[in-house]
Amino acid sequence: MIRVWRVAVFLAALAPLLWWSWHVAMAAAGPEPGRYLLLNLGQGGLILLLLTLSLTPLTRLTRWKGFSVIRRQLGLWTCSYGVLHLSCYLLFILGLDWSALGADLSRRPYIIVGALALIILITLAITSNRFAMKRLGRRWKSLHRFVYVALALVLLHFLWIVRADLTQWSGYALAGGALMLLRLPPAARALSRLGRRISTPRKGSGHLES
Amino acid sequence: DTHWQAITPENPELDKVAPFRDATHYNNFYEFGSDKSDPAEHAGQLVTEPWSIKVDGEAGKPGQYSVPELLSSDRLEERIYRLRCVEAWSMVIPWLGVPLADVIKRLEPTGNAKYVRFETLERPAQMPGQRSRFGLIDWPYQEGLRLDEAMNPLAFLAVGMYGRVLPNQNGAPIRLVVPWKYGFKSIKSIVRISLVEDQPETSWHQLAPNEYGFYANVNPSVDHPRWSQATERRLPNSLFHPNVIDTRMFNGYGEQVAYLYRDMDLGKYY
Repeated sequence: MIRVWRVAVFLAALAPLLWWSWHVAMAAAGPEPGRYLLLNLGQGGLILLLLTLSLTPLTRLTRWKGFSVIRRQLGLWTCSYGVLHLSCYLLFILGLDWSALGADLSRRPYIIVGALALIILITLAITSNRFAMKRLGRRWKSLHRFVYVALALVLLHFLWIVRADLTQWSGYALAGGALMLLRLPPAARALSRLGRRISTPRKGSGHLES
Repeated sequence: DTHWQAITPENPELDKVAPFRDATHYNNFYEFGSDKSDPAEHAGQLVTEPWSIKVDGEAGKPGQYSVPELLSSDRLEERIYRLRCVEAWSMVIPWLGVPLADVIKRLEPTGNAKYVRFETLERPAQMPGQRSRFGLIDWPYQEGLRLDEAMNPLAFLAVGMYGRVLPNQNGAPIRLVVPWKYGFKSIKSIVRISLVEDQPETSWHQLAPNEYGFYANVNPSVDHPRWSQATERRLPNSLFHPNVIDTRMFNGYGEQVAYLYRDMDLGKYY
């Protein structure tokens, strides 16, 4: 069952990339295809990050262990989208002008904040394997809590690009805030209690841990 | 009369007129939404007939004008201008319209008139962006020029583009085009022109005074606080040719307009 989920997550995360590439190839992405990819990858990365962070509360609620297995996979996809987003910025916005990158990194807060978020995501991706988990031991958990910092930085990065309308940003910020609140100990305990209450009556109907 | 001048672009490879579809489907017109595709998607709802433009302030001929009345018997001219957006992209667009100076002259500015203030339509029922709860712009959108800027021969009132009537998303039925300033100065769907004594407040300046000044002249040496203005992406571009080019002072129209700012510190009056 978990294998099916893994394949499904893989296909679901890959599909937008193929869809956007198809649009660009068909010249249906507007007059600035590089920016089209840049914005979609950025937004897609944020959505993946929020989905990744929703798995722990979901595990508490549904008591299905499978969620924690696809968590690493979604986290890696989040990082991949972030790296592709950066590549688009370097290639299509800066036109590979490295001095412009230096200027941006030294002067522009939203670029600095975005870069910091990506450094965190890459660090977490590199240390997401079993070997690193073993090596880091108890420190692994505290290191991977930095994903919360990454979320805050990504939201700030997004906020600083907005020019005139905060509707979309507010939606993501609200979702991010809710996911953080659900991690507060009282909320987490309440969620687990709720999960037990939901799952106990259905005990006979078969769980998905296979 | 034989009043024509053929154009030889300085850089024929780069100064190519943008395809009509790009110029009409990649727009900033926040009244219809903040996405570049929103104006093309939603501007069809806007009713532009009848249309009335209120002229007031220090004008000898105030009143309500229809577009034909405002343009009088002026002949339409075609002007092919570079349009440089403050977001660091640009397009070359052929406009159809009349010099702003001709219109202002007919409105007979009094001796007290020092600035021209423009206002865009406010009609939330047909403009979804104005209904947004998280919008930051204080409607109606307003812009302004110094009177001598408005009288410069390059300042233009457009009623068409690409040889046809102006599409709604591009500012129908009548809009301003000021090619040496960032695009947001070129206010769309004008309903009010006021000749005033004091420098008018402008929408983007009101929203973020440290990012957008009253003058908003294209200037590669004064960066937007959040991004560089030294270069721009000439659109349409492609993945293999991002078309990142150097931005020119006054968008390349310095010869025609630099005199307006002779004694001004353009770092301070950005």
